[in-house]
Amino acid sequence: MNKTINNKAWWLVVPVLLLVAFNAFIPLMTVVNYAFQETFGDNVFFWEGTTWFEEVLRSSRFHDSLLRQLFFTGMILAIEVPLGIGVALTMPRTGPWVSVCLVLMALPLLIPWNVVGAMWNIFALPEIGLLGNTLNSIGIDYNFTRQPVAAWMTTVIMDVWHWTSLIVLLCYAGLSSIPDDYYQAAHIDGASRWAIFRYIQLPKMKRVLTIAILLRFMDSFMIYTEPFVLTGGGPGNTTTFLSIDLVKIALGQFDLGPAAAMSLIYFLMVLLICWAFYTIMMRNEEQ
Amino acid sequence: MAKIRLKNVRHAYPPPKGQKPEYALKEVNQVWEDESAYALLGPSGCGKTTLLNTISGLLTPSEGQIYFDGQDVTGLPTSERQIAQVFQFPVVYDTMTVFDNLAFPLRNRGMDETLVKQRVDQIAEMLDLSASLRKRASGLTADGKQKISLGRGLVRSDVNAILFDEPLTVIDPHLKWQLRSKLKELHQQIGVTMIYVTHDQVEALTFAERVVVMYDGTVVQVGTPVELFNQPNHTFVGYFIGSPGMNILPCSIDKGFPVFHNNILDTSSPVGSDVDGKLEVGIRPEFVSFEDEGIPVVIEKVEDLGRYQVVTVLHESDVIKLIVNEDQTIPSESPRIQFNPEQTRVYCDGWFVEGANHE
Repeated sequence: MNKTINNKAWWLVVPVLLLVAFNAFIPLMTVVNYAFQETFGDNVFFWEGTTWFEEVLRSSRFHDSLLRQLFFTGMILAIEVPLGIGVALTMPRTGPWVSVCLVLMALPLLIPWNVVGAMWNIFALPEIGLLGNTLNSIGIDYNFTRQPVAAWMTTVIMDVWHWTSLIVLLCYAGLSSIPDDYYQAAHIDGASRWAIFRYIQLPKMKRVLTIAILLRFMDSFMIYTEPFVLTGGGPGNTTTFLSIDLVKIALGQFDLGPAAAMSLIYFLMVLLICWAFYTIMMRNEEQ
Repeated sequence: MAKIRLKNVRHAYPPPKGQKPEYALKEVNQVWEDESAYALLGPSGCGKTTLLNTISGLLTPSEGQIYFDGQDVTGLPTSERQIAQVFQFPVVYDTMTVFDNLAFPLRNRGMDETLVKQRVDQIAEMLDLSASLRKRASGLTADGKQKISLGRGLVRSDVNAILFDEPLTVIDPHLKWQLRSKLKELHQQIGVTMIYVTHDQVEALTFAERVVVMYDGTVVQVGTPVELFNQPNHTFVGYFIGSPGMNILPCSIDKGFPVFHNNILDTSSPVGSDVDGKLEVGIRPEFVSFEDEGIPVVIEKVEDLGRYQVVTVLHESDVIKLIVNEDQTIPSESPRIQFNPEQTRVYCDGWFVEGANHE
């Protein structure tokens, strides 16, 4: 019997290839293109090798914004994760209040990011904002447009307000999946409230908590819109996180080479940390 | 160790909106003697688990009191009642080793670590878990996990009672038999009160000294397996215990004797004629026989079960089952049956009517 060899089916892959090419590969390659060359317009490029990368990695400006970024991400994770677990634990398991709580929790997640920034900006304004005015009237000198600490606190609290709900909802889903038998057995075994949390609730929440931390890490590491609207990176450079700095370099100063190099470094950092985090978690899972 | 007494215990779960509460436990008065092995037998949904949970304190009954040795414990939380309970589905603490799982109830009560080790080793030995003590509990099979649950129930030596809520459901038949024998053996060794919930009559009758039969939220009879078989107090007991169950036939009463479709039946316990309600006569298939005289029937089906045969016959439209020895021939022409008068019992609204001669 003669088998016809026909590779026409490969054409069916073309749409996917095109899609991936246009939305991921080509833009990325453009960035790569700028990262290794210098241009003065007119589509004339000069090869620069790794100059831009070396420049970025050596610049204290990059070091500072990276440090700020890491500090910010660490801080919001340290607040949001325990707070989210705590809130999830106190939410009712049954009854009419369940849906009320869920809706209240979901509300901040539904607000567009620039609106969140604008809301908090107005809320915190020292003269007319509810928060700013109240703080000042009770004798606390508060002005987030001028004081670095106040700007930081406001940015962190804004993020906590905006995103703790995500952790709450994921943890709540994890908690809801625990059968009653476990709690009953724990009562019979005389387990304390802490032991119930440590040996039943936390292990059952581990999987969703992993996802929650990963999502919050990535999102906060790439945060741009909210602090941009709230503080614009100020006062000075005190709330200039990596992405804000990147936009300043690329669009403010139009230094396309360093900006492209920084984009790639930024991208690789996120990828590396996520990969490391995921691998460690999965290894724990197998044991 | 304690004698457990339930007094007028009733319980209703919170009803769905706009509905009246329905009692899962209608009214239970029951004494569980110290150091006895009980089986709590009944169909699914009759309130067995609810009853168990009120004893262990996982549930506070809507009404009634629970006493341990005369002390009212109705309001006490589970942790202060010293009760061990094993559930239908295995519960293990995933992050702990098998050893830590078994040690958990002891450590929570602040027991000395050397004693913990001694006790855990002893229980692990008994349940064949010694080899896997150092393993993570989450890696075990369903059998293994349920053994851990059993072990956590058995590991405490100071308990008032151990309650088993259908603990062997997920275990395969061979191991089931082994574990049940182990439990029974253990009961003889340590003599702690055990209450074993099941809906399997074989399990109940082999495990327990006394069987408590529940039906529709109430305890209908308490007795030894033999008592339950010979003197069922309620048609449900007659029907539920024995295979096939008791024949329950409609009847009326004439001069104290039951009348089944114009056939007056002889009984050793005739009743007063003042009984009022739904009347039935109950007779076990073992005590019905083919005779020359008696009630004419039509043979419907013969099942040969080896050492005996189950014969299903019809009189009018009522079905009667008989158990006949394997070597006995079944009459083919105009068969007639008779009931053993000693074992012919009259029931009114489901409950056995005491014979007039007993009064």
